[in-house]
Amino acid sequence: MAPQTRPSARFRTTDVVDFVIVGSGAAGGIIAKELSTAGHSVVILEQGPRLSEREFDHDEFGTFMRGHNINDPATQPHTFRAKPQETAKQQQALVYGRLVGGSNAHFTGNFWRMRPSDFNEASRLGAVSGTGLADWPLTYEELEPYYTKAEWELGVSGEPGPFDPPRSRPYPMPPLPVKSSGVLLERGARALGLHPQPSQMAINSQTYNGRPGCQHCGFCMIFMCEFRAKSTSMVVMLPMAEATGRCEIRPNSYVAQIEVGSDGRATGVTYFDAQKRMQRQRAKAVVLCANGSETPRLLLNSASSRFPQGLANSSGVVGKHLMFNTYFQVNAQFEQPLNEFKSVQNTRMVLDFYETDPKRGFYGGGGIDARFGKYPVTFALGGLPSDAPTWGEGFARELSRQFSRTMAFGCHGTSLPLETNSITLDPTLKDAWGLSCIRATYSDHADDLKNAQFLAGHATDIAHAAGALKVWPDLIGPQTLAVHLLGTCRMGNDRRTSVVDRYHRTHDVRNLFICDGSSMVTSSRGQPTETISALAFRAGEHIADFAKRGEI
Amino acid sequence: MTDFNARRAFLKAAVAAGAAWATADLFEVEDALAFATRQAAVPIDAQTRTLTPAQADVMSALASRILPAVDGRPGAREAGALYFIDRALSTFNAPQRPLYVDGINDLNRRAQAKVPGSANFAALTAPQQDDVIREIEKTPFFQAVRVDTIVGTFALPTWGGNRDYMGWHLLGLEHQMSFRAPFGYYDADAGKN
Repeated sequence: MAPQTRPSARFRTTDVVDFVIVGSGAAGGIIAKELSTAGHSVVILEQGPRLSEREFDHDEFGTFMRGHNINDPATQPHTFRAKPQETAKQQQALVYGRLVGGSNAHFTGNFWRMRPSDFNEASRLGAVSGTGLADWPLTYEELEPYYTKAEWELGVSGEPGPFDPPRSRPYPMPPLPVKSSGVLLERGARALGLHPQPSQMAINSQTYNGRPGCQHCGFCMIFMCEFRAKSTSMVVMLPMAEATGRCEIRPNSYVAQIEVGSDGRATGVTYFDAQKRMQRQRAKAVVLCANGSETPRLLLNSASSRFPQGLANSSGVVGKHLMFNTYFQVNAQFEQPLNEFKSVQNTRMVLDFYETDPKRGFYGGGGIDARFGKYPVTFALGGLPSDAPTWGEGFARELSRQFSRTMAFGCHGTSLPLETNSITLDPTLKDAWGLSCIRATYSDHADDLKNAQFLAGHATDIAHAAGALKVWPDLIGPQTLAVHLLGTCRMGNDRRTSVVDRYHRTHDVRNLFICDGSSMVTSSRGQPTETISALAFRAGEHIADFAKRGEI
Repeated sequence: MTDFNARRAFLKAAVAAGAAWATADLFEVEDALAFATRQAAVPIDAQTRTLTPAQADVMSALASRILPAVDGRPGAREAGALYFIDRALSTFNAPQRPLYVDGINDLNRRAQAKVPGSANFAALTAPQQDDVIREIEKTPFFQAVRVDTIVGTFALPTWGGNRDYMGWHLLGLEHQMSFRAPFGYYDADAGKN
């Protein structure tokens, strides 16, 4: 029958709940589920609305160009500049999901583990001059059980590849059916002696824990799944948290500040409700899972006489080391129809270039996957090569012929952590609630662009070896638009150079925890979601233990 | 058609197409199909709201040259891109109204210069219209209309154009909520590499 019964708890704002969690995405949903199943009362504050499958759509224009379900530039604008000496201008540089479920609700489904080598790059490779490259305060071996937990609790389709890190359990589901783009990537890669493998996707290839397998409608990337076949916090974790009867999800709740008592402990948060009335939710502890842009903004907006640089910012690194990951495509046309508009974005990938190789002369590595990367409007606006007609009969014929015959080789790369790449508060711009807006400062490091060029070169070779009739890369240059918002409240053992410790507790405030993309010390290879999910399972378990032992 | 009937019809079509979920929990599937059936019930505009009939004729003619109907397939005019453009000019794209009105007047002046006595741009033959477009194809007006013509042809029908998904059909995109492998020509080569 109706799948959406919600026996969820309801708390009063005057109740002192055990935990208030800010944000309901990949990390927030998992931590809410872990804490509530461990017996704690939890209120999740989510700035966006709660939507049901009935309200989802395939509205490319609304989503990409009118701000549907994402941070809305009309009410919560932000500014952007490439360098700290420039004056930032208002523009949409950062994009995240603004709904119950967060960006995770509309993500593409790529679910990659990091490798053991990701966790100690600084000590293995040495310092990279001018950057904040650092080791993680934990190892792959410590995180492995939580990667496994994420894969099994959420539901992941895949098959081990030749370069995979050690795993304690196989994938819970076999890979999704291969698409023509995957077959072609495989063909090209094998011809070059590379090692293509099935893509690991948080999308069901068969019925899993009561949710159906993928129906291959083709609208995953930046859309929510009507069939609940995408394994997200929204459809897996949040319902489990609510079913405990101890977790309330409060949508349309826009958090303004974290409040701190005279003893330096967090006492709860203030937020605006749907009617823009200021509310206060009291809690014994606060967990921030608001993403790599909103989490640091909230800390900076919570500055006080006791914490003049912003809350939990005695190190001064809150907001710093923002990492986007590089993403560029090599586009290709083939003789026969691929029909990439069907099914999931990608089914095969090449991870041969994942590791940094000092012989290349730059830091970084990445993966190449086979995908479409376009929908009808974006294809018609930018899916043809630059020498194609832009209007007239030739344009109409090319659109009609090439839509089904085009694919892309997506190149997912690294970003070095730079102090100057940051989230700060804009000195003048205020949002519709009167709060200081985000000012993003970002320039790709030269190594990141060299690495992107390197990956695009290999992707071009793969495309030709696959028999493409025409191959053309995206123009590779400084990125000004990002959906991966990482590194801005990094983990570390040293309170002078990091914001949270290895258990996601802030160094400065004992009952304030942070877990989301901001926790990441390095950028992964362009697919951070499984790592954020694993960190959240680990953080949730440890925070619940701390609470049990009276250590919060 | 009522929403309920539209959903039933969609479901029946899905069963006929052998959709994998057609035998699954129908209540759940109906939720998932709500989007598709909402789109099927979109009302369409019969006349423009912002552009005058004469301006609408010119805009429609221009859109039709940007994305013409060819080889028996519909183009921007048939897909009703005009109604997206007009609706946008009366709402979120209102700041561009002067650009559009000036651009249309300019097109008409150029048309009359090219073919003395012609009523407006829409009255020219297609090759004459193309000649005029070549004079202005670098202008902000043309670039804006080009983008809007594309959006009006390919965005969801709820935005006013892409009638009966004509835009998607011309791309070869079948609008279904469910597909089964094989999806494309090369799928059959899986494992043969």
